[in-house]
Amino acid sequence: MNAPLLDVAGLSVDFATYGRQARVLDGVSLQVRAGQHAALVGETGCGKSVTLRAIMGILKSPPASIAAGSIGFDGADLLTMPARQRDALKGTAMSMVFQDPMTALNPVFTIGDQLATIIKYADRRMGVRRDKQGRKQRVIEVLDQVRMPDPERIFGAYPIMLSGGMRQRVLIAMALLNEPRLLIADEPGTALDVTTQAEILALLNDLVAARSLALLMITHNLGVVREMADYVYVMYAGTIVEHGPTEALFERPSHPYTQALIECVPKLSGTSTFKGIDGTIPDYVDPPVGCRFRPRCPHRHDACFERPPNVTVGANHVAACWLRQPAEEVA
Amino acid sequence: MIEAPLLEVSGLTKHFPIRGGIIQQRVGAVRAVNDVSFAIRKGEVFGLAGESGSGKSTIARMVVGLYRPTAGTVHFDGSDVSGLIGGRDYRKQVQMVFQNPGSSLNPRRTIAQSVAVPLIFHDYPKAKIADRVAELLEMVELPRNFAIRYPHELSGGQKQRVAIARALAVEPRLIVLDEPTSALDVSVQAKIIDLLAGLAGELGLTFLFISHDLSLMRNFCSRVGILYLGRLAETGSTIDVFGSPAHPYTQALIGAVPVVSDEEAALKPSIPALSGEIPSPSRIPKGCSFHTRCPFAFEPCRQIDPEFTIVGQGHEARCHLLEERTATAATVPVSPVERSAHP
Repeated sequence: MNAPLLDVAGLSVDFATYGRQARVLDGVSLQVRAGQHAALVGETGCGKSVTLRAIMGILKSPPASIAAGSIGFDGADLLTMPARQRDALKGTAMSMVFQDPMTALNPVFTIGDQLATIIKYADRRMGVRRDKQGRKQRVIEVLDQVRMPDPERIFGAYPIMLSGGMRQRVLIAMALLNEPRLLIADEPGTALDVTTQAEILALLNDLVAARSLALLMITHNLGVVREMADYVYVMYAGTIVEHGPTEALFERPSHPYTQALIECVPKLSGTSTFKGIDGTIPDYVDPPVGCRFRPRCPHRHDACFERPPNVTVGANHVAACWLRQPAEEVA
Repeated sequence: MIEAPLLEVSGLTKHFPIRGGIIQQRVGAVRAVNDVSFAIRKGEVFGLAGESGSGKSTIARMVVGLYRPTAGTVHFDGSDVSGLIGGRDYRKQVQMVFQNPGSSLNPRRTIAQSVAVPLIFHDYPKAKIADRVAELLEMVELPRNFAIRYPHELSGGQKQRVAIARALAVEPRLIVLDEPTSALDVSVQAKIIDLLAGLAGELGLTFLFISHDLSLMRNFCSRVGILYLGRLAETGSTIDVFGSPAHPYTQALIGAVPVVSDEEAALKPSIPALSGEIPSPSRIPKGCSFHTRCPFAFEPCRQIDPEFTIVGQGHEARCHLLEERTATAATVPVSPVERSAHP
């Protein structure tokens, strides 16, 4: 297996809130390899977006500060490399597809203007020379790749002239402009209707596969995870509670939180029970000692006051829970 | 047993004028809802599903009397209420829970003040209001001391519970739920749905449930209507519509739902993915409004708007393919595409 392109290890992020420290990410580790479609899944407030921002280097500091850990990209640590070097990677080697196609585009500039500007600044950082015509050509090429009908016309169009699905395509094109190696997608297609969402996800899948990009996608929709990702990280209250290959994780969810979360999703077969999960996500200033899911866990016991071990429950499948026994060594 | 429906909507239509030019002449119309008819029996949960722009919310607003229909009628318990904008008696019978609990509660009012608004409006005895609010909070499983809190102190799920308590305050018979859980996480959504189902049983409530989440609808509604561009494409019992969807749009919609198990994936109709997006309701395509995206469109679809074809008991769909089938074979067709397991 090739070395991971993105290697986040033991990442902890603190936020200063009114003089108190909130540990919002607590030892998050995740890896994405070239050609892999990884998903980070969790509910509102679990730290998905903070993780993504920390990786992209767009966390606002203060209030945020990175307390521990490293973010390896292609073997180098993003957190210790010189700022100039890191900036050169942003939007070029690693880029991001933003969530909301309605607000991520500037309404007063044409699509072409906005995309060409990104190329212009990326070129400057990378020391590439390209004239205006060259930039336009590249924009139209990428718009065509995201299957935009009539890219020449779209180049001159304003965001308001496009539908939600088309705007989402523009955002995908935006992320692909500089041929990134890592693509981070924040809730792709969530703001769209199901039929449009299906189309966008299929497009994203094709684009990523054709270029064997590393994809890290962030979502709260387990259905989307199952259909898009081949490896899943489940996040709860700033910690990774379980990770494993998609199929194994959906078939044998091993952390009580993952189990409850899958249970909560309404089933097309009409067999949902609507039990939900009792309680709410904890206060990050004073999180529960030991396992952060303990107060809401139906299986909690005394051991849960200690931080749970990462137990290997199957091939590449790990759950952070005291209840799990290590699986037999998988050959 | 034939029982008169609690709510009967017939031929409901709503067009919003588009004005333009210097004297604000009427230059066109957004045809948001076109000739929609359905009936809800007492104790039933009727679901209206559709994508954005399909007219779901406009129908909800006409049902509760926030919009006056352009044409058609709304009958509640046998009497015509379609013209009754602001009718007090009707307002007491029908309440609504809105989509975003963050913006449907006044941030400057305490929870008790918000829940008391409908009580004060309907002249509930002042001395009993505090007790009634406490009782309502208990019904939605919130602690009593929440009465003195403000919305910003509550989580999204708790705010939605408050909105439900407010809707229950005047003991309505019908509650219109406009995407009540779409702003919430799945674990919270499950709790809210569980609460609503419990209340429906306990208080004998009837729900008009509006959502774009088909999986949720499959589990919560007894009958559903699928809307496309302000028209009903298909209606029937939940089991029929999901088990053997007759309209290509319904099939595509169910086929596009992301699911979490192989078992569910096998239930999805295999139909080519739809291309393009829902057209603007101000420029509805001629003929069948779905023909521009339908993978099976043929000549008549571009010319003639199909009527409802009965495909099963209480199960109807508006599609030319079904008319063809019924004309050629006397048997009732199940679906224009053969259903097969999803790969």
